[in-house]
Amino acid sequence: MTSMRTLPHVDRVGVAERVAALGKRSIKGDAKRQGLLLAISMLDLTTLEGADTPGKVRQLAAKAVTPSPAYPEMPSCAAVCVYPAMVSVARDAVAGTGVHVASVATGFPAGQTPLATRLEEVRLAVADGADEIDMVISRDAYLRGDDAVVRSEIEAVKDACGDAHLKVILETVELGSYDHVRHASMLAMDAGADFIKTSTGKAAEGATPGVILVMLEAIRDYVERTGRVVGMKPAGGVSTSKAALGVLVLVKETLGDEWLTPDLLRIGASSVLNDLLLQYAKTESGRYGRAEDFSKE
Amino acid sequence: MRWDYSPAPESTDHVRLRDRYGLFIGGEFVEADAYAPTINPATEEPLAEIAQASAADVARAVDAARAAAPGWAALSGLERGKYVFRIARLIQERARELAIVETLDGGKPIKESRDIDIPLAAAHFFYYAGWADKLAYGVPVPPARGAVRPRGVVGQVIPWNFPLLMAAWKLAPALATGNTAVLKPADTTPLTALLLAEILQEAELPDGVVNIVPGDGSAGAALVRGAVDKVAFTGSTAVGRDIQAALAGRDVGLTLELGGKSANIVFEDAALEQAVEGIVQGIFFNQGHVCCAGSRLLVQESVAEQVVDRLWARMQSLRVGDPLDKNTDVGAINSAAQLSRIGELVAAGVEEGAGLRQVSCSLPDRGFWFAPALFTEASPAHRVSREEIFGPVLTVTTFRTHAEAVEKANNSPYGLAAGIWTDKGSKAFEVAAQLRSGVVWQNTYNHFDPTAAFGGFKESGFGREGGAAGLRPYVKVEGE
Amino acid sequence: MRVAVAKTYKLYVGGAFVRSESGRHDQVNGANVPRGSRKDVRDAVKIARGAAGGWGRRTAYNRGQILYRAAEALESRAGEFGDDVGEAIDTFVHYAGWTDKLHAVLGTVNPVAAPFLSMSTPEPTGVVAVLLGSSASLPSLVESIAAPLAAGNVVVVQLPESDPLPGLDLGEVLGVSDIPAGVVNLLSGRASELVPALAAHRDVNAIIDATDDAELSKQIDTFASETLKRVLRTESDPLDLLAALTEIRTVWHPIGA
Repeated sequence: MTSMRTLPHVDRVGVAERVAALGKRSIKGDAKRQGLLLAISMLDLTTLEGADTPGKVRQLAAKAVTPSPAYPEMPSCAAVCVYPAMVSVARDAVAGTGVHVASVATGFPAGQTPLATRLEEVRLAVADGADEIDMVISRDAYLRGDDAVVRSEIEAVKDACGDAHLKVILETVELGSYDHVRHASMLAMDAGADFIKTSTGKAAEGATPGVILVMLEAIRDYVERTGRVVGMKPAGGVSTSKAALGVLVLVKETLGDEWLTPDLLRIGASSVLNDLLLQYAKTESGRYGRAEDFSKE
Repeated sequence: MRWDYSPAPESTDHVRLRDRYGLFIGGEFVEADAYAPTINPATEEPLAEIAQASAADVARAVDAARAAAPGWAALSGLERGKYVFRIARLIQERARELAIVETLDGGKPIKESRDIDIPLAAAHFFYYAGWADKLAYGVPVPPARGAVRPRGVVGQVIPWNFPLLMAAWKLAPALATGNTAVLKPADTTPLTALLLAEILQEAELPDGVVNIVPGDGSAGAALVRGAVDKVAFTGSTAVGRDIQAALAGRDVGLTLELGGKSANIVFEDAALEQAVEGIVQGIFFNQGHVCCAGSRLLVQESVAEQVVDRLWARMQSLRVGDPLDKNTDVGAINSAAQLSRIGELVAAGVEEGAGLRQVSCSLPDRGFWFAPALFTEASPAHRVSREEIFGPVLTVTTFRTHAEAVEKANNSPYGLAAGIWTDKGSKAFEVAAQLRSGVVWQNTYNHFDPTAAFGGFKESGFGREGGAAGLRPYVKVEGE
Repeated sequence: MRVAVAKTYKLYVGGAFVRSESGRHDQVNGANVPRGSRKDVRDAVKIARGAAGGWGRRTAYNRGQILYRAAEALESRAGEFGDDVGEAIDTFVHYAGWTDKLHAVLGTVNPVAAPFLSMSTPEPTGVVAVLLGSSASLPSLVESIAAPLAAGNVVVVQLPESDPLPGLDLGEVLGVSDIPAGVVNLLSGRASELVPALAAHRDVNAIIDATDDAELSKQIDTFASETLKRVLRTESDPLDLLAALTEIRTVWHPIGA
């Protein structure tokens, strides 16, 4: 049984022009320095590999807690993001630091496992100490037009999360158009998402500025309509400092300064952290840096 | 957390302005009897002393253009085109300098000079250069009637809102078609035209083919009444009317690109986020100093509140201030005179009860500034709904049906441009066909391209610039 | 013996044959001809304005057929006109074929450097006043009607003062053709009265000035400037004429799903 769907209207060319304009904001001096620190504090430092081991996860967690010992003023990252099997390792590694543990439960990244399995995965991850769950929506249900299934699954996962925060991944590149990105954003928020998140990082394309803008606009509408505040997490594709600062610009000029906090804005990435550190070092020393100045993990 | 952009001023180190600029006549800069300063409207500081052409100077320039005409017209189209290509390339090479000077002299945000004015000016020369040896394809002529020929000497008067771009719109087609020209830039923004004169020298354009005579309105009046074969004017409808009257009874070609009070129509089924952005681009681009500005917002009543709320919120994020700052969205008003004209009309709107809302932002102490403003209860009868304000001021009026939208949009002596916002293609084209305006932007606004004709219906003027249509006013058929 | 029935000449306005509201007439070439007044100009322009939208919105094919029908109607009554009627008929035929070619010749699809479909098309300029002054041949009278109509405009014609009868006869032919009421309006009378009234009328968009009178032309230009009317004078080529009677409209539409 499919739902009768009325898609919102989003004009792709208009979106492209707006993000191009915002992409030209010049971030220099203090704004850049503060922006880099802000971006670091919003990172969900992520490792999602088949080859992840407890050792790798512990190293990543240490880096999330102290991104660079050379700069004591530097904040910790917001969270480490790992597969469910690594949650307990990550939890132990960040214990007492304020860094959150996020886990991609729900048959990540395809979501093609039975709902019961996904819900159990969520419950186990939370039990192991994840305080944030990044779920994927059922793209198969979405693409066949069954919004009701998408919604009820999100509600079920939200219920399984208990106190853990729920980030709902739309995997926007698979939805096919901005109209759908916006529609799916609304669907996820209506179903109880605490954050909406662009991508798994495992598909052909991740968080493009256009997709981020459309989702931010959806959040603004949703908050205006319901009063419930929802956060945003671009993930996949934010791999340079320029891109990370670009996210801050998009959020600042769409949702406003109130959203420039790790409580409401996260950036899912792994490799971007070292570029942020390099750029930060440059703002402090005036010298262009090199990769060896920072640990890889 | 409050995170704001630090000042990001474009460096002016690269710019070397002379202390004074003469008249550009016969391929060289020559002295004038009188000079006047051109100022930076953002600081009121003088930038350079500019020659003020007298009627005699204008006549001299026309003579120089006349003397150069036969040689220029006799060049093959390909060779003529090569000169125009050179101009395009040199503008690209000096783009950064030209952008900075445009912003210093006119007050527009550097991001607009840099990304729109200067690249488009180069693009116009590039586009028309390629027409020079293809005129017979661009202006169809029956074979028995011979070939298209230049009209001769053209007198061109341009406004201050897009100084170099308007010079390009005028000169590029004139040169490509084999005319020689006398160009009168606006008195508040002469600098880039004079830098263009340097470029023409560098391009080794034959002497006298283009002559540039800065000055005030009296120089323009002398030029359009001079011994020219064609007049092209962009500016106010009032001056356009005077020019047409002045040319009464004379066989002088005339094209006029005049004012507007263009409607931007938002239907309830529009992509509202993009529509709001289009409304902002439509009226706040270049401080609203745009002849085709979408200065009348017509919004369907069912979404009016939503659109106005969102627009008002969006207006708060406009960054008003130093035009040289790369993050500035709205720069300085071009002149004290224009500021007072805006102020007067806005005061009239307040008096009429049109419901003014104006963004409250800190503005520099010196210079000419006007914060973006909105009249939310504008009735079609109010002065602010009918007269061209030519500033960052939008009127909002609601409509109920598409027939009413068309009726309201057309209810103006002007007919330059219009915007239509709807997700329904069939409606967009139906409404476009009913609008009496020369440009219709569907789900977008204020886009320009050298390949696309631009110009108005009714009192917005006649003739077109851009595209093949832009060639026609500059040619005649041999043997007429 | 049979007594001939004398013909009463009337103005042709709004598809009807009417007397001048002024009740005046002049005797021209042995006939009583209505002397149109300023108020007749006012009425004719108002009627033309009312007809403009509908005529302009008809399909080009339909307008072409109607102009061709006018040629047929004139051919069938050729005997009532002078020797140059053949040329006049052919002029209708020529312009009948223009209606659906104009876009191909003057219109463009613009390869803009951005993701938009941009196209420029010729659109009617609106109400065209045709000023013929003192005299005009039937073919040039027909061209000054057929060209504006082919471009989608409507006309109010000041018939040549010294010889209005062929024009008034033409009105009777057009009145039984398929040209909708109000699209062609023909006024006889004194040029000195009708020309300034038409040139100064604020609801006229363009003027074809064929008066061949320098003083009058200057006056026409001066009046025209009040509302920025287009004034056509020298276009001798059909395409130039059609181009001058149209407005190019550029429409932009985004491309992107």
